[in-house]
Order: sequence, then structure tokens, then C-alpha cells
Amino acid sequence: MKIWDTKYECMPREELEQLQLERLQATLNRAYKNVAFYRKMFHDSNIIPEDMRELSGLARIPFTTKEDLRLNYPYGMFAVPLREVVRVHSSSGTTEKSVVVGYTKNDIKAWTNLVARVMTAAGVTRDDMVQITFSYGLYTGAFGFHYGAEAIGASVIPTGTGNTDKQIMIMQDYKTTALVSTPTYAVTLSDRMEKLNVNPKGLSLRVGLFGGEPLSETMRKEIEDRLGIAATDNYGLSEIIGPGVAGECEHRCGMHIFEDAFIPEIIDPLTGVPLPPGSVGELVLTTLTKEAFPMIRYRTGDLTSLEFAPCKCGRTMVRMNKTMGRSDDMLIIKGVNVFPSQIRTVLTAIVGTEPHYEIVIDRRGAKDCMEIHIEAAEGIFFDEMKMQKAFLEMVEKKIRSVIGLSATVKLVAPNTVTRKEGKSGLVIDRRTM
Amino acid sequence: MLKIKNINTYYGKLHALKNISLHVGAGEIVALIGANGAGKTTILNTISAVTPPSNGEIHFEGNAIHNLSSDGIVRRGISQVPEGRQIFKPFSVEDNLELGAYLRYRSREKRREIQQDKETVYALFPQLLERRKQLAGTLSGGEQQMLAIGRALMAKPKLLLLDEPAMGLAPILVQEIFRVIEELRSRRGTSVLLVEQNARVALKVADRGYVLETGKVILEETASELLANKDVQRAYLGKDKKEIWER
Repeated sequence: MKIWDTKYECMPREELEQLQLERLQATLNRAYKNVAFYRKMFHDSNIIPEDMRELSGLARIPFTTKEDLRLNYPYGMFAVPLREVVRVHSSSGTTEKSVVVGYTKNDIKAWTNLVARVMTAAGVTRDDMVQITFSYGLYTGAFGFHYGAEAIGASVIPTGTGNTDKQIMIMQDYKTTALVSTPTYAVTLSDRMEKLNVNPKGLSLRVGLFGGEPLSETMRKEIEDRLGIAATDNYGLSEIIGPGVAGECEHRCGMHIFEDAFIPEIIDPLTGVPLPPGSVGELVLTTLTKEAFPMIRYRTGDLTSLEFAPCKCGRTMVRMNKTMGRSDDMLIIKGVNVFPSQIRTVLTAIVGTEPHYEIVIDRRGAKDCMEIHIEAAEGIFFDEMKMQKAFLEMVEKKIRSVIGLSATVKLVAPNTVTRKEGKSGLVIDRRTM
Repeated sequence: MLKIKNINTYYGKLHALKNISLHVGAGEIVALIGANGAGKTTILNTISAVTPPSNGEIHFEGNAIHNLSSDGIVRRGISQVPEGRQIFKPFSVEDNLELGAYLRYRSREKRREIQQDKETVYALFPQLLERRKQLAGTLSGGEQQMLAIGRALMAKPKLLLLDEPAMGLAPILVQEIFRVIEELRSRRGTSVLLVEQNARVALKVADRGYVLETGKVILEETASELLANKDVQRAYLGKDKKEIWER
């Protein structure tokens, strides 16, 4: 498969590190000079930006958090005067005041190039018809993929959101080959196609790029089976740039982070200490090329791990694994970091579909304990006590091997676990601090 | 090809370069832009060991050169064309060129090579051929600049450090000088690190550039991005002047 920007994507690590250091030094000097927030941050922590001599020195700089961005709403974090900003987007934050991000002309160009890398890695070429079903509004998704696809030379069909029947008609008539959507919407599309008696395999569709929410492996498989396409994963967030931070290559072994433009770090979400390569923790990103909205050590809140081993595709850029949830969701049980998504993955793998369940954490004496209640359902129903016992033991063993903690697994009657907006899998923490 | 990491250079107590890191790739033309006193010339002088760095690393083709003396650096393949040309005015054009080859002058068999190299310089700058017997001090400003570049080329550099080659020259001569710089790159693959007040001209020939401010790098981008950058336009390209006053 092709590589969009071989000069950077395949740059030898040694050259890449020199480039990162140069760009990091320039970014710190620029942010210090132009953004009051960063100037104060450097002063408060007694750091002189031009003293940054090594990439590892980044760890001495404090983090920038979403809260910082909110406090500087709307334009406080901009590093250029507004007249140089040619575009404003807003993060998809569900809270009252979302975060405003800006782009200069050069930022838009750089962004376009980054998304073109993601799309090329996913297999999009100039011969593709790309249907973009994201909202063309304040969010970054639609515009990012739009520019990336145009840069590659593909034809963009900017359908925007909604009107599923029309989307399907366009997909048939315009001969869409690449779909850009949320994973959920891809499922909605295939559900609707089934109702309308449209055979997805009869469409020209061959590749899908997903965003807006994590693409779980079960979701990926469902989309691939039902729509008959290659479903590819990518990563981005508007605070950093939008889509175009990382993208999966044909080997599907994590998403390559474009390190000529971003420096990734993995930290312990509690202590903020950088973790060694391979550990699971919160992803922290620093931008290296952005003019209007530089971000220094931004805490993404996303949990993942980094893979530095070279990839077969030829790209030298580090890979990030699928995000495993949000760091705010992290639980600490007996001093061990546990992510509810790990439990979900284990249960889904064993049962085949996602069961209805809840995670109950309690304290007995001075000890934490975890119970998982799974609702009996088709596929998880046993006449024989022996079989049921074996099943529960198997689940317990598997959970222990994945998270390193033992949990008691119980089977409960249907419709008895806690649900929120129809969703189960909630965590009920009964411990009193 | 050239890789600089965290160099610091002092003039007495004045901290002129503060952790400067930059690189020049093979066959690349890189421009340094910035206001007076930003440290552009100091970077060139630090590379050529005229003002050696107090700390930091400079690597050329994989070898550390930050502890070498100036002649050692010329031997490695780096030649500097200093600001204000600094040609030997009482000497003839030809003598000036030959001085540029002083490293090779002692060896008899290399004399012929030097002769050939002179011919190459004359081919690049035909005006110098016409005036080869003339004293260098009698040349026009443009011709003196050509001579200074020609003299640097006589050392057969792989990397040329050019300090303000357009200074004080008529626009037509500036064009001529930059035509030669591009030709050197395309014909011989010579890399160029260029300091230029005339940022517009410099960024037209350069592939990439670094913007310096008070001894620090504040921006690294491709030349076309720098040309489109409003900060660069305002500060170094003379655009938007009215708006600065309104600010």
C-alpha cells in the first residue's frame, strides 16, 4: 500500500529525533513569547523555555489540561492574532462551554497533509469516491477528511449527517467507494440497508474510515462483515488538530502517530509520571508545527500504550494501540489500575456479544473487592450447575490474567443489572473513602 | 549532512546563541532569517569555528566538528562566504581565487586541478574571467561578491555558508547571485546555509528556513510556509506595516 509522505513517515529515527528537538525548541520559544498562559506556566514552574536541550526534558514541563482550555475560553490559548486565523473549530465537548481551536493558513495546509497520510494508509487513492457523513459544522471531523481526500485527489461527496435513506441512495447511485462515518452510523446504515433490501455487497463500497468514537474490534468485525469493506481505525482530537494525529496501516498493528508533528508520551494518570515504553497509561501530546494553537503536553484523557518496534509497512513512526477508555474512568482496586473497558473486552470475547453486566466494587474490612454481575441470557444460560460453575470460573480466570486482580463473577436474572440510558456495564463503587 | 544540537555561543558575557538546534540535508538550501542581532551570522561563525561554541554539538557527515579549528573545518568541506565579502583587495582576482585553494596549493599534482577549478569558477562568473588580472579592490560590489563566492568554491565545499550575499547589490545582481546558488545545488549538489536580510529573495531559493529571535529559534518551516506566515511577512518581508502601527 502507498505511503503519502515517505520523507517524514519513513524518516530514520535519528533524523526524526533531531527534527523533533528543533521543532520542540521553536514551539516552546514561540508559545512562551505569544501565549500568556504558557508564559505564566513557565514562570510558575521556574522553567526557561530555551533551556530545553533534550526531548526527555519535556517531562519537566507541567501538563495542559482541558480545564486550562476552558479557563482560557475562547481565544486565550491562541498564539497568533485573530486576523491571522482563517478557521475556528470547536471541540465536541458535551459540557456547557466547549473548547475553541484556531488554524492559520499554514495550519490548514499541514492538517490537510496529515489527514492525507491517514487516508492513504487506509488505502484511499485518487480513484476513490469518498462519502463523508460527519457534520460539516464546528466539529473538525468532516473538514479534516474532506481536505485530506481532496489532497489525495479522490472525489468527495460531502453528504453531511442524517437522512439515511438518501445516504444509501447516493451510495448506490454515485458509486461511493470509501465511507467516512462514526462506527455507530455504519451499523445504522447496514441496518437500514437490510430493511430496504439493499445488498451492501452489491455496492462499490470497499473501505471505511471511522471517527468520533472508538472502533472496537467487535464493531470493526460487524461493520466489515455486514458492509463488505475494510474498516480502518484512526485517531485525532480537535484540541490537537482534529483527525490526522494517527492512522492505521494495512498491517493493523496500532495507529502510526505522526511524530514529525506531535510528540506522544504515556503517563500514569494519577501521578503524572511518564511511563516506560509499552505501558498502558494516559496519552499526552505536544504539537510541533502548529502556529495558531500550539499545545504543550496536552492530557488527552485517552488510555493507550505505545509500540516502538518497527512496522512492516516501512513507516518509522511509533504506533499507538486502540484507546482503552478514558483516564477519568480508571478505577483503583487494591492499588491496581483497572479500566472498565478491559473487563468489557474480556466478557465480549468470551460471550461473543456484549452481555449485560455491572461491576460492583466494595470494601470488606480494609480490603477492596470486585464483583461482576452478568445477566443470564441466550448463550449464557445453563441447566447444569456444573457447567455454570465452569463458565464462571473460566471468566474469573480470564479476568485475573488480564487485569491482575481476582473478581467474583456471578450470574444474575435477566433485567436486574443497573442500566443507564439503556446501556449496561456500569461501575458501582460502594467504597466510602 | 550538517546537524547542530544545542549550541551556545557567548561574546564575553553576552549569550548570543541559546541552545540552537538545526540541520541542513544533503543538497538542501536552508535560510536563516531574523532581525539584526538575532544571531544569524553568529551561527555561521560558530559552524566555521570563527567564534567556537562554548557547548553543544555540531556534526558534519556524521563526524563531530565542534572541536576543530577553522582550517580543519574547511578541510572537512565547509566554506564560508563572510559578510562584506572580505576579499583581498590589493591582490588580483586570480590570486584571490588561488588563495581559496590554499589547502591544496603545496601539492604539485593538485596545481592542475586548481587550474581546472578556476576555469569552473570563471564559467560560473564570466565577469571574473574578464577581470582576472585586475586588482580585486577595483571590482564593483557585485563582482566582489562573485569573487568571494568563487574563492569559497575553490576549496570544493560540500556545504557553503553564505552570509548576506545580496547586501548592497542592485536587484539584477542579486538575481544573478541567487541563480548561481541554485545552479551550484542542482549541478554539484552543494548544500547551502544562507543568512539573508532580504528574506523574500532568500525564501524564494531556499527549501526550508529557521526564524531567529534574540538568539533563539522560534520557527522552523518550509520556505513556502514561511512566506505565507503572517509574523514573517510583517517582521521580515515588510508587509502589513500599517497594521503594526495600529496594533
